[in-house]
Amino acid sequence: MRINADTDRCVGSGQCVLTEPDVFDQREEDGIVRLLSQHVEGEQAEQAKIAAHVCPSGALSLEED
Amino acid sequence: MTVTDESTVNFPLTRPGPYAPPEEYTRLREETPITRVRTPSGGEPWVLTRHDDIRTMLADPRFSSDRRNPDFPFLFEGQRRSVTEFRPSLISMDPPQHGPARRAVLGEFTVRRTQQLRPRIQQIVDECIDDMLAGPKPADLVTALSLPVPSLVICELLGVPYADHEFFQARTTKMIKRTTPVEERLQCVADVRGYLSDLIKTKEAAPTDDLLGRQISKQREDGTEDHEELVALAFLLLLAGHETTANMISLGTLTLIDKPETRAAIVEDPSRTPGAIEELLRYFTIVETATSRVATADIEVGGTLIRKGEGVVAIGSTANRDPSAFPNPDELDIERGARHHVAFGFGPHQCLGQNLARAELQIVFDTLFKRIPDLKLAAPISELPFKDDANIYGLYALPVTW
Repeated sequence: MRINADTDRCVGSGQCVLTEPDVFDQREEDGIVRLLSQHVEGEQAEQAKIAAHVCPSGALSLEED
Repeated sequence: MTVTDESTVNFPLTRPGPYAPPEEYTRLREETPITRVRTPSGGEPWVLTRHDDIRTMLADPRFSSDRRNPDFPFLFEGQRRSVTEFRPSLISMDPPQHGPARRAVLGEFTVRRTQQLRPRIQQIVDECIDDMLAGPKPADLVTALSLPVPSLVICELLGVPYADHEFFQARTTKMIKRTTPVEERLQCVADVRGYLSDLIKTKEAAPTDDLLGRQISKQREDGTEDHEELVALAFLLLLAGHETTANMISLGTLTLIDKPETRAAIVEDPSRTPGAIEELLRYFTIVETATSRVATADIEVGGTLIRKGEGVVAIGSTANRDPSAFPNPDELDIERGARHHVAFGFGPHQCLGQNLARAELQIVFDTLFKRIPDLKLAAPISELPFKDDANIYGLYALPVTW
């Protein structure tokens, strides 16, 4: 799966980082999402789906590679 | 449209006990999930009760948070004046002002930053428990732990002297109490804002290395110096830092004492504590009415047309008991995976301090039951003073012994 993170929409709640810290991070200066990897599979893909579901701003989307 | 007698619900309602939302809210969700209610201020806003509808509404920027909009649905007389007479803070902003203002302070509340605060939070929690253990039994957990922990944490983060906590705690408690007369409420707001304005002036003269000091430096670098905006921000963070986490500490401790199997589960395996905290946040949803909005266009939500200028109140406590989002919603199940709850709100205004709250709650519960395994209530639950008269649910006191 490929993750898309819309940094304009992101509101920096950190919900994605809590869900999967190996994939999602926050920029130090303003808390906005930073992807540590854009392609995920297996357990990480499942966690990325949860992250997209709990994201309050709809900043995350997933698509098949 | 006016509220018909048949559907009249006088809003808000009180909970029958700590573990259950008002039955009427559940009935609304099941029978008329989007309906209009009558509030003490005389308004007739829509209320939303379903998880899906609430997330949809709160994520839609056409629902405005602008509390200066004359159509904004305040539940009580006096709430309108207590926000419209002062400079708006983040919770009252819409795009395009809200995003940059939130981002200016977000760096202080990232997951990583709150992780870095953990050793200091642990120290604060241990000291509060030391003091409680050294004092008389029974003790009031609210004064021994629930209030001082978040208060010390937010004061240190902001750079507000904790020595002054009695001054602002007395006033924030009155501010969220529904029965506080309008003039007194306004005076409380003015007092705390005046105090913060003076404090920020001293920091402007000599910026300190704390959140407020760093905001001053940042504003100077960006050429956006704005004293009143900082006062509004400090006021919001101080209030939010006091009256939310404190009540979750009290209610969470009560629950973990009352439900020994849940307590045993997290004591045996602290990796369960984060899940337990999400479940407790869902279960109590202590902030019931911060998620009000006003429609700035005709918008359909869940099959109902909400017209421009109409107020909408999202009842998060009911959404968090919606069986379509949480199967067996009235059961406290720390393994359920409750992260999609709306206890911190949803959309662009979702709680800025949520990760700080999580860190504080986790450290408190893990430490408290490790250090005092036989902690118990010193009064029956039915006699505890629950905050049925406050806009943030919780406990005025929690007598405990060990």
